[in-house]
Amino acid sequence: MSIVDRSATELRKLLATGELTSIELTRACLERIERHDATIGAFLRVDAARALDQAAAIDRRRQAGEPLGPLAGLPVAVKDVLCDRDTITSCASRMLAEFRSPYDSTVVGKLKQADAVLIGRTNMDEFAMGGSTENSAFQPTRNPWDPTRTPGGSSGGSAAAVAARMAPLAIGTDTGGSIRQPAGLCGIVGMKPTYGRVSRFGLVAFASSLDQVGPFATTTEDAALLLEAISGHDPRDSTSINQPTPRYTESINKPLAGLKLGVVPEHFGAGLDPEVASSVRAAIEVYKSLGAEVKEVPLPHGKYGVAAYYVIAPSEASSNLARYDGVHFGFRADQSAALAELAAERQELIAAGKTAAADNVDAPLVRMYRSTREAGFGAEVKRRIMLGAYALSAGYYDAYYLKALKVRRLIRRDFDEAFQQVDLIVGPVTAGPAFKLGEMVDDPLAMYLVDLYTVSANLAGIPALSLPCGVTKAGLPIGLQLQAPPLAEERLLRGARMYEAATDWHTQRPSLGGAR
Amino acid sequence: MALTRADVEKVALLARLRLTEAELETMTDQLSQIVGYVDLLGEVDTADVEPMAHAVEVTNVFAADVVEPSLTREAALANAPRHNGRGYLVPAVLGE
Amino acid sequence: MSEQPYTTVIGLEVHVQLSTESKLFCRCNTKFGAEPNTQTCPVCIGMPGSLPVMNRRAYELSLKTAVALNCTIPEFTKWDRKQYYYPDLPKGYQISQFDLPMSADGYLEISDPKDKFAPKRVGIIRAHLEEDAGKSVHDEAAGKADSEIDLNRTGTPLLEIVSQPDMRSAAEAKAFLQELKLLLTYIDVSDCNMQEGSLRVDANVNLHIEKDGKVIATPIVEIKNMNSFRAVERALEYEAPRQYREWQETGRQLGEAPKQTRGWDDVAGVTRGQRSKEESSDYRYFPDPDLAPVITSAAEVDVVRESLGELPADLRRRLSEGYSLSLYDADVIVNQGREFADYYLAVAGASGNPKSACNWVTGPLQRELKEREQTIDSFGLPAQRLAELIRAVDDGRLPSTRAPEAFQLMVDKGSDVAAALAELKIERVDETALVTLVQELLAANPKTVSDIQNGKFQAAASLIGQAKKKNPNVDPNRVRELAIELATSLQ
Repeated sequence: MSIVDRSATELRKLLATGELTSIELTRACLERIERHDATIGAFLRVDAARALDQAAAIDRRRQAGEPLGPLAGLPVAVKDVLCDRDTITSCASRMLAEFRSPYDSTVVGKLKQADAVLIGRTNMDEFAMGGSTENSAFQPTRNPWDPTRTPGGSSGGSAAAVAARMAPLAIGTDTGGSIRQPAGLCGIVGMKPTYGRVSRFGLVAFASSLDQVGPFATTTEDAALLLEAISGHDPRDSTSINQPTPRYTESINKPLAGLKLGVVPEHFGAGLDPEVASSVRAAIEVYKSLGAEVKEVPLPHGKYGVAAYYVIAPSEASSNLARYDGVHFGFRADQSAALAELAAERQELIAAGKTAAADNVDAPLVRMYRSTREAGFGAEVKRRIMLGAYALSAGYYDAYYLKALKVRRLIRRDFDEAFQQVDLIVGPVTAGPAFKLGEMVDDPLAMYLVDLYTVSANLAGIPALSLPCGVTKAGLPIGLQLQAPPLAEERLLRGARMYEAATDWHTQRPSLGGAR
Repeated sequence: MALTRADVEKVALLARLRLTEAELETMTDQLSQIVGYVDLLGEVDTADVEPMAHAVEVTNVFAADVVEPSLTREAALANAPRHNGRGYLVPAVLGE
Repeated sequence: MSEQPYTTVIGLEVHVQLSTESKLFCRCNTKFGAEPNTQTCPVCIGMPGSLPVMNRRAYELSLKTAVALNCTIPEFTKWDRKQYYYPDLPKGYQISQFDLPMSADGYLEISDPKDKFAPKRVGIIRAHLEEDAGKSVHDEAAGKADSEIDLNRTGTPLLEIVSQPDMRSAAEAKAFLQELKLLLTYIDVSDCNMQEGSLRVDANVNLHIEKDGKVIATPIVEIKNMNSFRAVERALEYEAPRQYREWQETGRQLGEAPKQTRGWDDVAGVTRGQRSKEESSDYRYFPDPDLAPVITSAAEVDVVRESLGELPADLRRRLSEGYSLSLYDADVIVNQGREFADYYLAVAGASGNPKSACNWVTGPLQRELKEREQTIDSFGLPAQRLAELIRAVDDGRLPSTRAPEAFQLMVDKGSDVAAALAELKIERVDETALVTLVQELLAANPKTVSDIQNGKFQAAASLIGQAKKKNPNVDPNRVRELAIELATSLQ
C-alpha cells in the first residue's frame, strides 16, 4: 500500500511515531499531483516549494520535541475561495486572477495553527456557482473515476484531489451542496457543518446566509479530524455560533445506540437513478442490521427547496459580487478601450440623428463598471447576478425574495419536526452518478435541479454529510447523505462511521487509468 | 413569469453588466425559464410565516470600540487596478 | 408671519457622525484628517471574504440619541444592504436600515426666545444607524480625467435622523438644527462638527399655496450641499420664493413632477438643479446576511433613559423656574453648551445669587471668551472665584462699580478676590469717615449746597469725583446720598 493510499488518521500516527516524515508524505502527494493532475485538473496552483518548506519546518519541530498541532505534517488542499495571506485567491474567476489577500481567512489561519501543509489551491466553479466545476475560468476538473465525467461542484477540485489521493484532506465550501455532491460523485466523504460552526471570515462570499466551509476526506474519521481543526467561534464572523467544538475524533468510533433513522418518501421519486436508489436502500438495510430503527418522515416543503434556493442564493450573490467593479481590487477592463468604444457609440448615434439615445449611453464610469464585469465574469456568474438583481428589484421583492425566505422557514420547520422523531435523516445525495462534462452546460435549469437533495440542509442551516455507499455497474461511485439537527455534527459523524465500519465502499478507489 | 428583453436590459444596467445582442437573447430565455420554475413558490401558503433571512438566528453580536491597526496604504492599494500611490483612480466622477 | 401667499413646508434629514473611536463594522480609526487611505482594512475596503462586526459603542450612542429624541425603540431591529454603484462605496452596497429601523416616532421641541415663531414640536420620523461612504476628489482645475478615491471615511458610523415636514420657515429649520446639535453635544454622542462632516443636512422643501379656498402642494425638492446652519437658512430662504415663481410659471403640483434634487451654491447664493438618473433609485434593499439583528428590551431602554442626564430643554426649565431667570437668559446659558451651563450652575450655587451669576456669565464672561476665542473649559477663572467676586459685591466689600476691574484682574492674572481687592486697594470705607469727608466737601462747595437745597439733586454728582480723589474706595452712591441728606439738613 502506497503512502498516499493511507487515511489521514493513519498518516498522523506514522508521522507521530517517526515512521514517516512530512517531507516524505508531501513529496509523495506532489508526485501524485505531478503524475495525474495534467489529466484531472484538480489544482489551480501548487506551490511545491512552500509546501516542502512547511513540511520541513514541521519535521524539524517534531524532532526538537516541540508541541505540534492536530494536523501536523498532513497535506491539505484548499479550495481557491478562502484567503491565504499574500497569495492569490482567485475563486476561479478572471475577476480575481491576480488578487492577493492581505489577510488570512480564519479557516486557513486555523490550518496553519494546526501545522497542516498547505499543498495547493483547488479548482472550483467560478465563485462557487455551479455543480460541475466546468464554470472555472481557468480549467475544467475531471472525475478521477472517469475523466470524461465531472467530479461535481462547485468544490470539484478539492473532491477530485482527495479522490485521486493527491492530498489526504481538502477543504471545500457548500452553499447548496457544493461539498456533498462532489464528495458523492467522487466516492469520498464530504461534510457541510451547521451554519455558523465554521467561520466564514475570509471565505469569499457567494451566498452569505448559506455558505459553509467543510472537510473532504477518504474516511469519516479523517473528516472529523479536519472538522475539529477548523471549527470554533470567531468574533470576526457575526454569524458564527458561540459554542465549544466537541472532540469529534474522540467520539467518532462510538456507535449510536438506539439510532432512529428517518427516511423521506419524497426522496425516492421518479427522478432518482435506479442504481442510486438501490444503493441507498441497501444502505438503509445495513443500518437496520446495525440495530437502527427506520421510520418515514415527511419533509413536505422539500420540493420547494430548489426554487427557494435559486431565489435566495442569487439574490445574495448579486449583492456580494457588486464589489467586483474594477475600482478597489481585482480586474478592470481596458479603460481607454472601453471609453473609446463609448465615444464611438455616441458619435454613431448622433450621426444617425438619434440624439436622445446618444444622451442615454452610459456615463464613462458606468461603462467602466459594465465592461469590467462583462469581461471579468463568466456566463453562470452573470446569470445568477441577473437573477438575483431581478428578484430584489422593485416590484418583485415580495413575490420572489420575501416569499423564498418564508418558504425557507417552512423548510426549516419541517426539519425541526422530523428531528423530533428521528436522530438522523438518510437518503441520496444526488439523483444520479457523475454526468458527462458538457452535458448540462446549455441547460442551466437542469443543472440547478441537480441540487434537489442538498439545498434544503443549506436553507435550514443544518449539518449534512455524504459518504460512499456503492459503485454503479459503469464503475462510478454513489453517495449516501445523512442529515442531522443543528450542531449535531458529533451524532452525524458517529452515525456515518457506523455505516462505514460495516461496509467497505470507502476503501474503493479510482484506478486513474491503472497508473498508481 | 416570462421576462421581456426590456426587463433583462434594465436589470443588466442595475447589475452593471453588459450583454451582447446574442447574450441578451439567451439570457432572456434562460431567466424566463428559471423564473418560471421559481414561480412554483407561489403555491406555498406562507400566510403568517416569518421570513427567515439567516440560517442561524443569533442576535446582538457586537465588538468593543477599540482601534486596531489599519492596513498600510501600500497594502490597501496593492490590489487596485489603478492608483496613484495615494488613492484609487477611476474615470471622472462628475457632479452626479 | 408675513404676507406670503404660501406656506413653506420643510423636513430635514440630518446625518450625524457618532463619537466612536473605531468604525461601525471594523476597528479602523475614525479620526478626521488622516492621510488618504491610511485608515482602512479589508473590511472597510470591502475586500473579498471580509465580514462586518457591529461596533457596540455605535449602537449604544444611537440608542441614547433615539431615546433623547423621544423615539419609540422597537424590540427588534436589523441591518439591510442598500445597493448602488459608486466608487466611494467599495462593497457596492451601504449597510443601512430599511424597514425596521432602530427607532421611530420621536420629536424635538423648538422655540425662539425672540418670538420669531411659536414654540413647537418637530416630529422625528425615524433615526437609524448606517455606515458612511468614502470620498471622491475630482481635480477639475487640473483638467484631470480621473477621480481619486479615499476610503478613510468609509464605514464611519452615522445616525440618520429624519424629521417630519413640520417646519414652516427657514428660522424654524435653523432652530431645529441648533437644538438638535445642542442635544447631541449635551448627551455626548457627536461633536457635530460641520466642517469635518460630522453633521450633514439635506432639506426637503415644498410649498402649500392657498388658492380659491383650496391648498395646492408643489413638488418636493431636496436641497443638498449646505455646509453650515447659516447656509441651510439661506438656501431655504432662497428656495421658497423660487418654488413659488416656478409654480406660477408651470402650475406643476406635487405628483406631477419627480422629486428634484438641487444643490446649494453658497457663493452665488442660489440652488441649482442636479442631474439624476432614473434607474439609480432601485436600491434593492434586503437584510444583510452577514449581520445579526439586535434585540433591545424595554428594560434596556429604561436604563438608557435614566442615564441620559438632564437634556437642554429640562435645564432651561430648571433655570427659569428654579433660578428665576428669564426664558431668554436661560436659553442663552443652555445654548452655550453643557460645560458653560455647568459653569453657570456652579457660580449660581456658590454665590447664592443666580441672577447676578447670570449677568456675569452672559455679560463680561462671554465677552471675554469671545475675545480670547476660548471655551469655558479652558478659561482661567474657575466658577468658585467668580462666585466669590459676586459675594464680595453682595456683602459690600467690593463696590459694584469697581467689580469689572476686579473681574479683569482675576481673569488676567488668575488672582482670587482678596488679591484683586488688595491690588486695587479696595477697602471698605468707614461710615463716620465718609460723613466727615462729605461734610468737608459741602463746606468747600457752597454752590453745590445751594443747588441741592433748591432741589437740583443732580448737582451732588459733582462731589463724587472729588470724593474719589480723596479716597478711591468710596461708594459713589453713598456719597451722593450723604451729600443730599447733609445739604438738605443744613437748611
